[in-house]
Amino acid sequence: MDFFIQLFTDPVGFYNQHELLIAQIGINAILAISLFVTFYSGQLSLANAGFMAIGAYTTVILSLYLPFPLPVNMLVGAVLAGLLGLVVGLPVLRLRGVFLAIATIGFVEALRLGVILNVPITGEGQGLKNPTADPLGGIVPILVSLPVLSYLIWRLTRTRLGQAWSAIREDELAASSNGINVPLYKMIAFVIGAVIAGYAGALETHINFFVDPTEYGVTRTIQILTFAVVGGTTNVFGPIVGAVFLTALPEIVRQFASYRDVVNGIILILVIIFRPQGIVGRGGLALIRPKWLPASWSARERPASAL
Amino acid sequence: MTQQILNAIFIGSIYALFAVGYTLVFGVLDVLNLAHSAVFMLGAVITYSLVALHGMPFLPAAVIAVLVCGLLGLLIEFVALRPLRRRNAPPISALISTIGLALIFVAIVEQATPGSFFSWLWQDGANSVRFPAGTVPNPTFHVLGLTIEGTKLLILITAVVLMLVLGYVIRFTQMGRALRAVAENRRAATLLGIQVDRVFASTLFLSSALGGLAGLLFGLAISDISPYIGRDQVELKGLAVIVLGGMGSIPGAVLGGYLLGLIEVLAFVRFGSNVEAGVAFAALFLVLVLRPQGLFGAQLRERL
Repeated sequence: MDFFIQLFTDPVGFYNQHELLIAQIGINAILAISLFVTFYSGQLSLANAGFMAIGAYTTVILSLYLPFPLPVNMLVGAVLAGLLGLVVGLPVLRLRGVFLAIATIGFVEALRLGVILNVPITGEGQGLKNPTADPLGGIVPILVSLPVLSYLIWRLTRTRLGQAWSAIREDELAASSNGINVPLYKMIAFVIGAVIAGYAGALETHINFFVDPTEYGVTRTIQILTFAVVGGTTNVFGPIVGAVFLTALPEIVRQFASYRDVVNGIILILVIIFRPQGIVGRGGLALIRPKWLPASWSARERPASAL
Repeated sequence: MTQQILNAIFIGSIYALFAVGYTLVFGVLDVLNLAHSAVFMLGAVITYSLVALHGMPFLPAAVIAVLVCGLLGLLIEFVALRPLRRRNAPPISALISTIGLALIFVAIVEQATPGSFFSWLWQDGANSVRFPAGTVPNPTFHVLGLTIEGTKLLILITAVVLMLVLGYVIRFTQMGRALRAVAENRRAATLLGIQVDRVFASTLFLSSALGGLAGLLFGLAISDISPYIGRDQVELKGLAVIVLGGMGSIPGAVLGGYLLGLIEVLAFVRFGSNVEAGVAFAALFLVLVLRPQGLFGAQLRERL
């Protein structure tokens, strides 16, 4: 309760006291957006943690060895993640559904265990120190990026591109017979997702003094997936709400902080069974409706979500 | 080198046993059950708890643990899978709901310390433990210059016998026929009077019991029991195994398990432990991209 009281009575004090939490919420929200973009086009790609690693490592290595300003390093990180997305997407995007999910998991772990832990410049298992980190200054770019990115993606989902993604998500065959270039649009979604994830990784290293390879495994991806699913994937605000809600929850209900994964798991299951469109999506509960329950409680049509 | 290949066979048996359960659920239900690795972990944790905390002899403890894991399979079916089938959700939804259950199972064990609610199950939090010495007699055999530990031999025999039994059950019993019918075509099986929901429940029971058994054998052989053994040691490697063998194919999963064991040991001998850790995922990625039907081709493509 104190959490909310402080939020409304003393916003400045709240901001100062919870800066790291706010930064983490922002990064998680951006990551959730990156997963949302591919999900919106009907692909469950779990490669985000890998692209994040690319963004994070590139940024730190560049600022260790080259004299460029930090924003340039971060952009290079994001672009490199996008390029890798292009290379990985070419073979992988032919796969569908569960198989795509598995292949991208394989990519994340092969990158982390096979490459990052074996290339000396990444510090291998020890990770990298990041001398340019600035925990307090780093929060500003996060707070600026989040609204800008969500606005861009929201606009994007309303263009022809976004409509093509929706069409592919609803029925790939029908989309392709209507002249939509399915592989191209899937690839665009995949690369945009990769760029955003790489950018989020770069942002995150800017508030941490240390790049830790164990951060970029499948556990992280699953966390991101949870944000997106719980918030809802029918529009871009769902993943953001999901990330804010699930990141702030352990702070709000301190008693459950150590059981946060139990709480997250329960929320995830409840949402996917009863509200596949997520917290934000339209429509009621997807119940198998007992007779005594009013009809308005259950969703009458399938919500526009891939779940 | 021969010693290394022997190790490959031992670890391969555990991979195979784990992956058979994984692939069984995929074959019959068309669902990737990501809670399988959490059940694997619980198999080891429950056996440890009965032996070390409650002073039970190993064998009854193992039997109880396997049965409890089977019941957890039913829990997975009733909580995470059946409600989704009721509303005709796509298979991806079931994948995500089983992730939810896996999170819960792991977190419960991870947070269990002395004095906490689950201290009867586990008291070591996130730490790793091993069975008390002498839980299982472990004679060492020396054959042709090779050293064979008794427990590992036991594991190999258990795994092979169980896989043969499973093969028999699936080929020749009434239950196995129902299982194959449902895997082949759910609608047709329903029309033929097979109780599909019951088949799904027994599939989950069978699969999870095998997963739990693989877990406790792993705990016995590797002497490492922690809340993370499922997630870190077999979850993704199990995926690699069933992809190598072709998703949904049981003989494929068995062959894939031994193959992965062999690949890993060879990578370890040739390149060291850092490469060994990544090789499973590189194999997974390559097979999915180049040969998504699995390595062994059409003969094993037939489901189960």
